[in-house]
Amino acid sequence: MHIVVCIKQVPDSAQIRVHPVTNTIMRQGVPAIINPYDLFALEEALCLKDKHGGTVTVITMGPPQAEAALRKALSFGADDAILITDRAFAGADTLATSFALASAIRQIQKNMPVDMVFTGKQTIDGDTAQVGPGVAKRLDMQLLTYVSKIVAVKPEASEIVVERRAEGGVQLLKTSLPCLVTVLEGNNQMRFANMPNMFRAARHPLKLWNREEAGIADDDIVKIGLKGSPTVVSKVFAPTPKSERAEMIEVESGDPKDMAVTVLSKMFTRFPAVEKEIAKRAR
Amino acid sequence: MTDAAPAKKKRKFELDPKLAGYKGVWVFVEHERGQVHPVSWELMGEGRKLADMLGVELAGVVLGEPGEQTRRFCNEAMCHGADLCYLMADDILKDYRNEPFTKGMTDLVNAYQPEILLLGATTQGRDLAGSVATTLQTGLTADCTALTIDPDNRSLAATRPTFGGSLLCTIVTLNYRPQMATVRPRVMAMAERDASRSGRVIEHPLGMVESSIITKVLEYIPDAMQDKPQLAFADIIVSGGRGMKKPENFQLIWDLAQVLGAEVGASRPVVQAGWVDLERQVGQSGKTVRPKLYIAAGISGAIQHRVGMDASDCIIAINNDPNAPIFGFATYGIVGNAMTILPALTEAFRQKLAAVKKAG
Ligand SMILES: Cc1cc2nc3c(=O)[nH]c(=O)nc-3n(C[C@H](O)[C@H](O)[C@H](O)COP(=O)(O)OP(=O)(O)OC[C@H]3O[C@@H](n4cnc5c(N)ncnc54)[C@H](O)[C@@H]3O)c2cc1C
Repeated sequence: MHIVVCIKQVPDSAQIRVHPVTNTIMRQGVPAIINPYDLFALEEALCLKDKHGGTVTVITMGPPQAEAALRKALSFGADDAILITDRAFAGADTLATSFALASAIRQIQKNMPVDMVFTGKQTIDGDTAQVGPGVAKRLDMQLLTYVSKIVAVKPEASEIVVERRAEGGVQLLKTSLPCLVTVLEGNNQMRFANMPNMFRAARHPLKLWNREEAGIADDDIVKIGLKGSPTVVSKVFAPTPKSERAEMIEVESGDPKDMAVTVLSKMFTRFPAVEKEIAKRAR
Repeated sequence: MTDAAPAKKKRKFELDPKLAGYKGVWVFVEHERGQVHPVSWELMGEGRKLADMLGVELAGVVLGEPGEQTRRFCNEAMCHGADLCYLMADDILKDYRNEPFTKGMTDLVNAYQPEILLLGATTQGRDLAGSVATTLQTGLTADCTALTIDPDNRSLAATRPTFGGSLLCTIVTLNYRPQMATVRPRVMAMAERDASRSGRVIEHPLGMVESSIITKVLEYIPDAMQDKPQLAFADIIVSGGRGMKKPENFQLIWDLAQVLGAEVGASRPVVQAGWVDLERQVGQSGKTVRPKLYIAAGISGAIQHRVGMDASDCIIAINNDPNAPIFGFATYGIVGNAMTILPALTEAFRQKLAAVKKAG
């Protein structure tokens, strides 16, 4: 069984600054990590490999520094890693990103058929949860999002059964391979990197693919990077939500009891709906 | 790569004449197990405003099994502000599945050409939105917190948090139609229901056969309501943060919540420390809530927490630091030790309830 796991390197901190002129995000000096949601996808893939054998290939699209994320993934036990990197990819939105990733996966398929593609639920920097569905559509693979549990995989029958989180319940779904799975967080824990894997990860010859190597023809340059992105950021700004300072509750006695009584009476006067809501509870 | 391309220098925008035929605002009416997800009516309220700004019609889109139920959903969509509904009714659409819903929605878009398509940022809405946008090769802005129309070019200006809420960005989709956006539940206010409203229903066939659909739903296991916290729709929430210091102290939060019949919420550090379930996290990476009353104890009010709760009608904040950011946006602030204020509040509410009971 061959599983491709798509990961993304993201900045680790909320300390993000915006370039005052270009409105782009300045990542310099912010430590980079593997998107935490992707680790659940990688661990799930490694578990399936433990059970069924096979190969786990990790891929990422990003700047050359994203190599660190791939080496980390190798140290956890991934077999192979591909970094898709080219200036032409810069500025990609979710549509352009899914085009590039799908194209690279098609290249991978030429050497070894792919049974499943795994992604995290979403990234912590973009938060869109849209790249997985996009890649699935482009590869014409069945899409299973928000998968909380892989119930069974039968490689011989080309079949998979999963539990998918829906609003208000869980769907038990059966589909055919190949498929794309976005893995929900919290249902597994990333294993520790062992010594042999750490050594292997350090020495592993990483594949670096530029645009052509990722299978994107000259004609398709308009589908990647900035050019291939229908959405355009018109403004980036720091949140300055409606700021109305709280009315501070002060009582002469300084007694918490008096504070509590004061805040309740103020609130019930100004918010009759809250009083009504609480009165409901008395019945 | 950012989640949307960075802005280029402002240039005059002219819509491709081929796209001029795209008119109207659509809201996907999401439902599961016979129930419309409230986010659809929240979007309907927002969609109404956008449609009015543009001077176009607002439509609901209902996909589901044939019968009385989907008809009723169409009717409800009109009551919540739609002028008309597109209905695709087929047994194949009984349960949500990506493939037939993507085909249904893309066919409808291609046939009737809306300029804006809004969906809830739910597990269903995000699953569908990503697939539809890719199939249609158009722009999609996910998890928006504000939507408006750019008066310069009549395009949808969608604002969303990025980098965990540290920044907001406004995103436009210029020469592509429809302009798609998803919005998280509870971010927008629900549309008022007006039972006197009505509108026309346009039916369109799905044109698929079950045997051509690869993914099958074997079973649907509903969540046991009693042990799943329903934070997003709670009217009263009592939340605790790192300032509660110890898991034992968190009992004070539960005590107050019990008296109030409230849900218990928490900030992220509390969830990460394992004091409460992940389901109870409020904020950017947790739930968005908009209760009538939100009581926050020992929570500093970091932006990532704030974005999840500042649409609450009334916020009471308890913090021992008079300079805590939460006092910058709460309704009422109490400076003091949460360990003594909380029991006092619990007692005051208990007395209030007793008084209401006595009065009958
Ligand atoms: C990508 C990203 C996503 C995030 N998502 C979320 C999210 O969804 N939800 C979320 O909550 N956070 C989130 N965070 C974390 C957020 O930035 C804050 O760190 C977090 O909200 C702080 O939690 P807190 O207020 O409980 O703790 P602190 O910031 O440590 O505040 C504790 C407060 O308690 C007060 N205090 C101390 N002792 C007492 C006492 N005895 N009585 C009363 N008050 C006392 C202190 O004055 C202080 O204000 C996210 C961060 C990132 C980077």
